[in-house]
Amino acid sequence: MRAVIGIPFLWLGVFFALPFLLVLVIALGTNNPDAVPPVDLGFSFRNFALLFSDDLYLAAWLSSIRIAATSTLVALLLGYPMAYAIARAAPNRRPLLLMLVVLPFWTSFLIRIYAWMGLLASNGTIDQFLRWTGIAENPGTILGTEWAVHLGIVYAYLPFMVLPLYATLEKLDMSLLEAASDLGARPWQAFLTVTLPLSFPGIVAGCLLVFIPSVGEFVIPDLLGGTDTLMIGKVLWDEFFTNADWPLASAVAVCLIVLLVAPIAIFQRQQAKSLERQ
Amino acid sequence: MRGRARFAFAALAFGYAFLYLPIALVIVYSFNESRLVTVWAGFSFKWWQALFANEAMLQAAWLSLRIAFVSATLAAAIGLAAGYALVRARRFPGRALFGSLVVAPMVMPEVVMGISMLLLFVGSERLLGGPDRGFLTIAVAHTTFSIAFVAIVVQARLSDFDRSLEEAAMDLGATPWVTFRTITLPLIAPAVGSGWLLAFTLSLDDLILTQFVAGAQSQTLPMRVYSSVRLGVDPQINVLATIVVAVAASALVLSGWLTRQRQ
Repeated sequence: MRAVIGIPFLWLGVFFALPFLLVLVIALGTNNPDAVPPVDLGFSFRNFALLFSDDLYLAAWLSSIRIAATSTLVALLLGYPMAYAIARAAPNRRPLLLMLVVLPFWTSFLIRIYAWMGLLASNGTIDQFLRWTGIAENPGTILGTEWAVHLGIVYAYLPFMVLPLYATLEKLDMSLLEAASDLGARPWQAFLTVTLPLSFPGIVAGCLLVFIPSVGEFVIPDLLGGTDTLMIGKVLWDEFFTNADWPLASAVAVCLIVLLVAPIAIFQRQQAKSLERQ
Repeated sequence: MRGRARFAFAALAFGYAFLYLPIALVIVYSFNESRLVTVWAGFSFKWWQALFANEAMLQAAWLSLRIAFVSATLAAAIGLAAGYALVRARRFPGRALFGSLVVAPMVMPEVVMGISMLLLFVGSERLLGGPDRGFLTIAVAHTTFSIAFVAIVVQARLSDFDRSLEEAAMDLGATPWVTFRTITLPLIAPAVGSGWLLAFTLSLDDLILTQFVAGAQSQTLPMRVYSSVRLGVDPQINVLATIVVAVAASALVLSGWLTRQRQ
């Protein structure tokens, strides 16, 4: 048993926990383009001060959270009816319907985003379709805008929304709905007062599963967004690869953990605790 | 009731169209004659031939497959141990820390994990003189984030596990290790197998972590695809996408068929 605990503990300690200490150390250092690696170790909070004083970084934070939040909401509005319909389908059809939701997840993420590049490009499929049907004579290009980034996030993370929603909706006790309708509730009243509140854990789980990865997303804003699309994952990437400013990129990483991951982890722990108490 | 059925049908039709139309278009245009992926100019296998003659792409694919195999196998072994420890070892020093370490890689933004692992490898290069960045560092990075997924699948399987079989084996004099090997492992093997497959897919698909920890020499398949896609649409990528979708779909159909056979 000692090895069973020890090996994963050691592996994750060395390759997961230790690196974060290094990120913190580097974030306190300063950039030195002439050194290899380009860092002078030190103890200064200059990088953090820069992150909080420069409007660019603040704007990147805010727009990451805004884009991730609206995309999560759209994914919820799209995913909830799907999960509901699958949960109400004939039991022998459900595995196939679920498999169809999961299948895109098993194909390449990069390729699914690439698919939208051809669709959204100027003179791309959607553009041509709009012209051919005469809906719009001269549609503007969607590729390179925030609209495209939203679309990409909803598309890429929709399965993560549908699966937890389906899990809670499928377990829902149908007799509660019958009771509601026996007591005179209309179908939509029964939905609002019974189904929706009972599926709340699934809504929270699905929203977190979509929101968390989208905030730090890099590939989607890079391929579908434009030069003016600001997202914090892309900022970190550019500071690191383009500007070779390792300390500043590390400071962004530290902030991502402290401001995003830690609050969500605490929130989830409290949710789990309050569920246990019930 | 009819209204509700119609609504359910509409929700599913719209959802699946949204999920599959972009993929369908990518597949159609892999057989296009023209270089443009938006204008249909006739049927052709031209880009399929071009992809299979693309030495750099094939090498990258081979590297990715090897890395995925190694990291999935490592992650399956370590994740099995982690999942087992989480269910069976109720109390040990640092259990809370252990529990959060196991699942943390799932919620960590990939760019953060990428930069932190690169710093680790740069540090070990300076202090220990190695390892060189490439196959090994990529495999280690992929293993680290895949462990969580295997551990969770194993944990779920073990929590609704009938322990009386294990107890019977122990009563008949089997040592814990023999019990694990002959009773527990065969029963949770499907979970370990699907965890392995998940880890394999994640590794094969990973771009961000890989971009950070890969050296100048190694180029995995997603890295090649990314650098080609950045320059615009490329029919060879459509061909690659078609192959990936075909493999994923047949694997899913096969696994669905196998589970039905077992029942």
